[in-house]
Amino acid sequence: MGPVDTRFWLVQIFNGISYGALLFLVGSGLSLIFGVMRIINLSHGAFFLLGGYVALSVIWTSGSWALAIPLAALVIAVLGLVMERVFLRPLGSDPLRQVLLTVGFAFLFQQAALDIWGGDNLDIMPPASLTQSVVIGGLYLPGYRIFMIGIAAVIGVILWLVMEKTRLGAAIRATVDDAPMARGVGINTSRISMFIFALGAFLAALGGVIGGAFLGIYPGLDFQILPIAFAVVIIGGMGSLGGAAMGAIVVGLADNFGKALFPEISYFTLYAPMALILAVRPTGLFGRE
Amino acid sequence: MSSRSKSIVVIGVLLAVGLIAPHTNAFGVLLITRAMVLAVLAMSLDLLLGFTGLPSLGQAAYLGIGAYLTAILATKYSFGLGWSFWLVVVLGTSIGAATAAIFGLLAIRATGVYFLMITLALGQCVWGLAYRWNSVTGGDNGINLPGRPEFGIRLADDVTYFYVVFCFFVASLAMLYVLVQSPFGRSLEGIREREVRMRILGYNTWLHKYIAFIIAGAFGGLAGVLWAHANGHVSPEDLVLTTSVDALLMVVLGGSGTLMGGAIGAGVVVFLREYLSTLVPWWQYALGGVYILVILYLPGGLMSIPVRIRQWRTGGRLPMRKPLRWRRI
Repeated sequence: MGPVDTRFWLVQIFNGISYGALLFLVGSGLSLIFGVMRIINLSHGAFFLLGGYVALSVIWTSGSWALAIPLAALVIAVLGLVMERVFLRPLGSDPLRQVLLTVGFAFLFQQAALDIWGGDNLDIMPPASLTQSVVIGGLYLPGYRIFMIGIAAVIGVILWLVMEKTRLGAAIRATVDDAPMARGVGINTSRISMFIFALGAFLAALGGVIGGAFLGIYPGLDFQILPIAFAVVIIGGMGSLGGAAMGAIVVGLADNFGKALFPEISYFTLYAPMALILAVRPTGLFGRE
Repeated sequence: MSSRSKSIVVIGVLLAVGLIAPHTNAFGVLLITRAMVLAVLAMSLDLLLGFTGLPSLGQAAYLGIGAYLTAILATKYSFGLGWSFWLVVVLGTSIGAATAAIFGLLAIRATGVYFLMITLALGQCVWGLAYRWNSVTGGDNGINLPGRPEFGIRLADDVTYFYVVFCFFVASLAMLYVLVQSPFGRSLEGIREREVRMRILGYNTWLHKYIAFIIAGAFGGLAGVLWAHANGHVSPEDLVLTTSVDALLMVVLGGSGTLMGGAIGAGVVVFLREYLSTLVPWWQYALGGVYILVILYLPGGLMSIPVRIRQWRTGGRLPMRKPLRWRRI
């Protein structure tokens, strides 16, 4: 392999990992929601999209991109919290009804987004300092992608610390492993569910803000990102944070190399392994048994 | 209601639709045709969801495969535009069944949420091929069909095509009805209620579910052939995740485990999605709102309304068909 080839591979790997960083933000929330509540949240893509739209509104009114990131994520977290408390909680544990309810909300959010922000393809412009290229070892790497990897790493470390080192994290892990037993030892699983659903919405919206500069923000993005997020969750293992990180990198790389090497079957190469993994090992490659 | 008076009502409704539909305007005929095609898809899903307890999130894949087969045969080989249309119907049904036979090997072992996920993944595989495999599927643009078949009668006429689809719909309904009334159908219901018990009684529940999955795929493929000619166009949009979700909603909206419920649900969803959307800009609120209200307050679907009303009027508790039961996962 000549230097050009090496460079091609390095750039593809970098692109894959930075896309994976974005997918980690979306997938980790979905994975936690599934792990704790056993809910397939089909409005997760809508959280992602709404996060991007709310960020745009914040940027338009305040002019601050840095303010838009936490604000948009918090707004969507509150939305998720209300949705969980008012609608999902009373529904009990019936996976089909839960799935359909989250779809109903996805449609409502879709329409609301269309009414408020219109049907155009919008862009979130990050500060100029982040859009420059960085030269590392003769490779021109877009600074924004490096930023994406950085923020996903920071969020990942924070989540990991919360999950592994705090009492709340221990309670969450107990709920993932065995909810009835967790209730038995006095853990308020209902409150844990509420917290996790809001956290998942927060992470998805964060992904929307960060990813908005990269993918654009447009109607239909919600249902495009959703199945990819599910691929992350399935490959990584549902309810596991480390799994979501591994799954995100695997999917990010697979997506990039798939599109570069065999574009005609690139989505097939993403979803076929997902189906196979589910058939052979439903807990995912990195999930707990 | 006795099953006899029920069938009289169903036949009456079908006759009414068959007689009235052609007298609506051109758009109306097209919409009713489309609703009937999707009704076949919804009923195929109801066999899985309502009768076997398998919630598939990938039923649109079979519709897509049947539709793309029809379109590719018609454009690349000019096949299926005359009498060979009937051959395409057979081929489309077979390819739906064959795909389901492959997918079923992977999916059938899974239950509950995992079944939802694996069928979602399989559906996305097919969508991915349709979307990206440009040389065969035309990618994002899809394929335009050269026109509807002609064999003595011209299906190009929308009303004629409506009657063809109507006949396929009635035939599918009748076949599925006979199927679910048969001992095989009864054992599927047994699996839905309690699979372990059926296994202990000596039934090969895996094989029962597998066969049901293949039959559902076959009807899905049939719906695909009709869908391609109804629209004159196929595209990856036909088999995106939302189409599969719509199919699920049609079944639950109408009432799962009733067959006709799926057809009614298909009518409601097509009305909201394609008719209401031409009238008002806020149609998606109606769509989302209907879903949420039905899920929250009418778990038995629209078909359970008469029972509900009687229950309310007598003030007492009438034996009511239980809504779908789900084993905890």
